[in-house]
Amino acid sequence: MDSIILQILNGLDKGSAYALIALGLTLIFGTLGVVNFAHGALFMIGAFCSVTLQRILNLSYETIDATQTDFLGNPLKVKTPYLESWFGPEMGSSIIEWSVPLAILFAIPVMIGIGFIMERGLIKHFYKRPHADQILVTFGLAIVLQEIVKYYFGANPIQTPAPEALSGIAQLTSTIVYPVWRIVYFCFSLLIIGAVFAFLQFTTFGMVVRAGMADRETVGLLGIDIDRKFTIMFGIAAAVAGLAGVMYGPINAPNYHMGMDFLVLSFVVVVVGGMGSLPGAVLAGFLLGILESFASMEQVITLIPGINQIIIYLVAIVILLTRPRGLMGRKGVME
Amino acid sequence: MGILEIKDVGKRFGGLKALSDVNLSVQENTCHAIIGPNGAGKSTLLNCLVGKLIPDTGSVMFQGQSVLGRSPHEINQMGISRVFQTPEIFGDLTVFENMMIPLFAKRDGAYRLHAIESVSNERTLIEEAEKMLEEVNMLDKRHMHSASMSRGDKRRLEMAMCLVQEPKLLLLDEPTAGMARADTNNTIDLLKQIKDERDITIAIIEHDMHVVFSLADRITVLAQGTPLVEDAPENIKGHPKVQEAYLGEAH
Amino acid sequence: MLGLDKKDSTLLLIVVALTMLAPFILNPFPTESGLAQFNAGYPDLMQRFVIFGIFAIGFNILFGLTGYLSFGHAAFLGIGSYSAVWMFKLLSMNIIPAILLSVVIAGIFALVIGFVSLRRTGIYFSILTLAFAQMSFALAYSVLTPLTNGETGLQLTLNDPRILGISQTADGSIPVTNLFGLEMRGAFDLVVGPWSFTFSAGYYVCAVVMLLAFYMSIRIFRSPFGLMLRAIKSNQQRLNYTGLNPKPYTLAAFVISGMYAGLAGGLMAAMDPLAGAERMQWTASGEVVLMTILGGAGTLIGPVLGAGMIKYFENIFSKINDNVLHSWFSFMPDGLEDSVVFIIHPFVGKGWHLTLGIIFMLVVTFLPGGLVEGGQRIARLFRRKKTVEPKSAKTEPAE
Ligand SMILES: Nc1ncnc2c1ncn2[C@@H]1O[C@H](COP(=O)(O)OP(=O)(O)O)[C@@H](O)[C@H]1O
Ligand SMILES: [Mg+2]
Repeated sequence: MDSIILQILNGLDKGSAYALIALGLTLIFGTLGVVNFAHGALFMIGAFCSVTLQRILNLSYETIDATQTDFLGNPLKVKTPYLESWFGPEMGSSIIEWSVPLAILFAIPVMIGIGFIMERGLIKHFYKRPHADQILVTFGLAIVLQEIVKYYFGANPIQTPAPEALSGIAQLTSTIVYPVWRIVYFCFSLLIIGAVFAFLQFTTFGMVVRAGMADRETVGLLGIDIDRKFTIMFGIAAAVAGLAGVMYGPINAPNYHMGMDFLVLSFVVVVVGGMGSLPGAVLAGFLLGILESFASMEQVITLIPGINQIIIYLVAIVILLTRPRGLMGRKGVME
Repeated sequence: MGILEIKDVGKRFGGLKALSDVNLSVQENTCHAIIGPNGAGKSTLLNCLVGKLIPDTGSVMFQGQSVLGRSPHEINQMGISRVFQTPEIFGDLTVFENMMIPLFAKRDGAYRLHAIESVSNERTLIEEAEKMLEEVNMLDKRHMHSASMSRGDKRRLEMAMCLVQEPKLLLLDEPTAGMARADTNNTIDLLKQIKDERDITIAIIEHDMHVVFSLADRITVLAQGTPLVEDAPENIKGHPKVQEAYLGEAH
Repeated sequence: MLGLDKKDSTLLLIVVALTMLAPFILNPFPTESGLAQFNAGYPDLMQRFVIFGIFAIGFNILFGLTGYLSFGHAAFLGIGSYSAVWMFKLLSMNIIPAILLSVVIAGIFALVIGFVSLRRTGIYFSILTLAFAQMSFALAYSVLTPLTNGETGLQLTLNDPRILGISQTADGSIPVTNLFGLEMRGAFDLVVGPWSFTFSAGYYVCAVVMLLAFYMSIRIFRSPFGLMLRAIKSNQQRLNYTGLNPKPYTLAAFVISGMYAGLAGGLMAAMDPLAGAERMQWTASGEVVLMTILGGAGTLIGPVLGAGMIKYFENIFSKINDNVLHSWFSFMPDGLEDSVVFIIHPFVGKGWHLTLGIIFMLVVTFLPGGLVEGGQRIARLFRRKKTVEPKSAKTEPAE
């Protein structure tokens, strides 16, 4: 029993990331009708937002401490972050320590901005082009974005640790322990998912967008400027992917190709959930995350070797062949 | 027994009854026109004949064989060709290439792998294609990229593609819509000539009454998914029910 | 000539001339000059040009003609490589049986994967191929280790039980791959004044195979089968109502392009007898997509050009470092020189991927016909003749 609960828990953090990325992909696909292969890159950029903030917060000046010497006998240079000199050592260092959660505030405007630029500058020219062209151009964009990040941040993963207070191990029951940050990540993703759904459900803006997702032409005929709303949706989808990336840093150190790694799986998630279905994307994200974690259990692997590596793809193939609309897909979308 | 027997066919789209209790018999080597206001279900009926839709109820027999449940290419190979309401041609290909494809389908059946031979060596087929293009006055356009042609030309091309297959039953969905008057008259002449020369049955949907009365041997009026009357053309003209159906639409 | 019309014959002859003279064409700089590092005429790279050319020619038969975008073709290349290495291990170091086996095995896999994937169209088809390829990749790394040797990759060893051949040579080393005795590694250098040109047996074997593959693809393009494939891309609905069943045609195209990929994989192993799973990763499949589209999908020569361009970027363009840049712009005043170098720096050398990505985006956006269309447009500008609108690939993809 414990091991089952543990596997479910283990699946949640990956599942949360899949769900968030797939949610954004579906928002873009459902509203704009665009298949966005650059969405993984947005997730990656989000993660590098927290790297950037961490670097900014760590900006330091150098002083020479004459009382100490390094191993060559020269006087030791000491770096003090400006933050520590402004807010005092304690306050300053704890701000630095909390750079990952703080990066949420930093990432939101950055990601929305990137989303706007992407949509206005590139994607909007591809609304009427075939899906294959959309896949190709966004695939190219993903390469460009990841190379830019690689140019500035290098090819090696960069650690973005969670704050001390959130980085321990939680004793959930007498027998189950679980990293605190993963719990945080799961709650955070629920919060974001909830916020997106509430936004679509309870605001007029959301209502129009939902109507647009169901029937773009009719809404256009009502004289509502649906294009601008969709641009904003693209920004929001970018922010969702970015936030998923920001908070994922402490689980897996950000590197420039993490987006491509997640992209393939996220597409599989979207297809399993049903192209264009938001609840489907979220459900499939968590389900597949948990399924993957079950498939990694010792007992399962000895039974069917290698199953943990292929389970998601296998599920996707079976679903695509038997239920082309996915778990919760609507009729007529992409058929 | 007609060559095409439609019995009790019904089709719903959600709550909408697009077709109900359609009974229709088309006699061999005649031209049967189906007329009716927009949205009457005429195109839907044709869709049920070529395998695009499967009716909810009823049966469709062609030469004594059921077409229901067969895929579109099988139905075509049985001898039914269709011209669509919006022209369906191979837009990326040239006019000539468009003509070659039905010829290959006629000669080789639904599938045959000719991966090494060159299309340009198929002398007999090329001659057939050119002869047909000549008949529809398009030989001069044979090298044109077909997507760049006018709507009328696309229609003529599509009709030529169907005719060159020498189908037993030709289904035409508003074949002259969007054509200039002269082209419409040419089309009428062509269809008349084909009717005289070959063993062919034609079912035509048309709004242009000039076309209908020039070609049709029998006319069925469809309204709200059900046949209203079926009769010879001269009896249809002043038929009160027909007037009602069309006038009813105007309100 | 050979059943081709005049235009195609000319194209084939040009390609023959270019591939046969490649050792000269690719080595334009004297050995001692500073630009010698931009010579691309060394056997390893020349082999890669033509092998990836084959891969892209095959991919183009599927994507260029039918519009079905596969994101999993690298799997067939990887399978081809593994099959070939096994043939070297078990049967003989002659490359013929190895290459034959790689084509056959890749073809069988393509048949199975294609049969399943082609039940869906559009993006679903792409995702299915992606899923199959990623599965093959993951399995090659894990469960199939006895067949693939996992992360290390499959290699020849000194005690392979080679039936038609020896396990080791007299001096105790691993025998080399050959074509009836002609060693693939064999090469001779021709020195003309300050220039040096390398003629490698392996390259010429690959080049001949590539020419055959190219010739086959011309025949396919001009055949009724090729016409059907283009019709599938253009309007599958019309094809159905014209009495044709698109499924077997698309499947045949898928299998043929899978066999081309297997051939490329087999040749790769024939030149350098090892095979690793990374050849099957989806990014490797993405690469052949890039090649085909960059060069011009649906054109005959495009994929070869695209493959050549990407391999050139990867191997030569990537060598442009700051020193080289400084020497190029040294005629400028110092400050200007530095800032020009600073601006160009991210795009060259290790940043070649960035340039490639940008070029690719520009091509997809503005030149759907790829480099070939670009070339045609330029040619037309020069001719200044009034011609009919170019055929552009603005049609619905097969969905
Ligand atoms: N695929 C479909 N889904 C839903 N409704 C349809 C579909 N095809 C046709 N209809 C509806 O069925 C009715 C009949 O359409 P149609 O056969 O095209 O009429 P006609 O060709 O006589 O003008 C119309 O109300 C139309 O909106
Ligand atoms: Mg109609």
